[in-house]
Amino acid sequence: MKCVTCRGPAIIDIRRHNSNFCAEHFIEQCHRQVRKAIEEFSMFEKSDKILVAVSGGKDSLAIWDLLLDLGYSVDGLYIGLGIGGYSDTSLDYARAYAKTRSLHLIEVDVPSTFGFDIPNGSRAAKRVPCSACGLSKRHLFDEEAIKGGYDVLVTGHNLDDEAAVLFGNTLHWHTEYLGRQLPVLPARDGFPRKVKPLVRLAERETAAYCIVKGIDYIVDECPMAAGNKHLGYKNALNEIEAGSPGAKHSFYFGFLDRAAEFFAAEASIDREGLGACASCGAPTTSETCAFCRLVERAGGQLPERTGVNAVSVDLGPTRSGSIQ
Amino acid sequence: MFGLSACDHVRVKVRLHNPRRDLEIEGPITIINLLARLDLNREAVLVVRDGELVPGDESLADDDAIEIRPVISGGEQ
Repeated sequence: MKCVTCRGPAIIDIRRHNSNFCAEHFIEQCHRQVRKAIEEFSMFEKSDKILVAVSGGKDSLAIWDLLLDLGYSVDGLYIGLGIGGYSDTSLDYARAYAKTRSLHLIEVDVPSTFGFDIPNGSRAAKRVPCSACGLSKRHLFDEEAIKGGYDVLVTGHNLDDEAAVLFGNTLHWHTEYLGRQLPVLPARDGFPRKVKPLVRLAERETAAYCIVKGIDYIVDECPMAAGNKHLGYKNALNEIEAGSPGAKHSFYFGFLDRAAEFFAAEASIDREGLGACASCGAPTTSETCAFCRLVERAGGQLPERTGVNAVSVDLGPTRSGSIQ
Repeated sequence: MFGLSACDHVRVKVRLHNPRRDLEIEGPITIINLLARLDLNREAVLVVRDGELVPGDESLADDDAIEIRPVISGGEQ
C-alpha cells in the first residue's frame, strides 16, 4: 500500500475515500476533515470559549487533540459515572492527557455529588443503564457549559455514531429525534450550543489518529454498553460498509442534505412549553427535569462499589484458542 | 491454506480484546487474511504492532506479536 499523497509506505487504508495514507498524511487528512466540518456547518470561531466533553476514550481525546492542533483553545469536561473500575481507568486517561499538555480539565463525580452511580441508580430508577448514563451526561454537560460561560460544547460523536443513531431513529421512525440529529444544535432555551466536529471521520480513523499521535485511551468498552442496540446498529452498518464502502457517509450526509429539513418542525414542537426545573433550574417541559427525577429515584444515597470491570463488545463471531 | 509444512511452522501471536485473550496462529499470513480468518470486519478493528498501525497488505512473519484493537464503542446517544 502506498500513500496517496507522497507514494511512501502507507499505514492505513480508508476505503470510502479509496485512499491509503502514511502517518504524516493521515494526520493531515484528519485535520482536513475536521476543519471542513467546522467550516461547512459554521460550528465555532477561534475566539470562542470551547468546552469538550471528555470520556477518556478515543473519540473525545482525538477531538480535543485535533482542535488544539488546529489552533483552538479548548477546556475539557469529564463526568465520573461510578461504573466501577471502568470509570476509574477512563478518568486516569483523561487526566493524563490534560496533565501532559497542561490543559484545564473540569471533573464532575456523579456518585459523590448526587449520591448514585449508573449501575445501581439505573436499576433503582428502572432505566436501562445507557439511558441513565446518557441522560446524566447530557444534563451535566449542559449545566457545566452554561455555568462556565462557554460559547460551545463539543462532543466526540463520529460518523459511525451519527449513522447508527440515524439508523435506529429511522428504523423506529422517531421523527421528533430525526429533526434534531444535526452536527450543530444552536443555543436556545437554556441549552448551550452543541457541535460534533468528528462527523466526517469514522471511528476507525479516530482510533488510528490516537495510535499515530501516541494518545493513550481506554480501549475496553464500557461494561454497561455490551449488547446494547446502538452497538448492534453499528455492527449492521459495518457489514453494509464492508461490501459498499462509503455507505455510512452517504446515509448520514444524504439525510442532512435531503431529508433532515422535513423533520425540523416536529423537533421544534418537542421543545415548546419549556420552563425551569423546580429543583435545579434546567430547562424542562415538566415541573422537575428528567435528571432531577433520576436523582430522586436513584435513592440519594452513596453507592457501594460495584466492582464492574470492562467486558465484551460483540465484534461478531470470533474463535478462541489456537488456530491452525 | 494458511499453514506451512510441519517443519517450517511460523507462529504469530495475536491479542484480542473484549474479552481480552491471546491466540497463536499459523503464518505467514497477511492482515487482511488474518481478519477474514477470525471473521472480523475490517471496519471494526485496527491492527497494532509495537504501538504502530499495521497496513492490511502486510504479511505477518515468525515472532510477530500483534494486537487486534476494536474501534466500535458507545452506548445510547
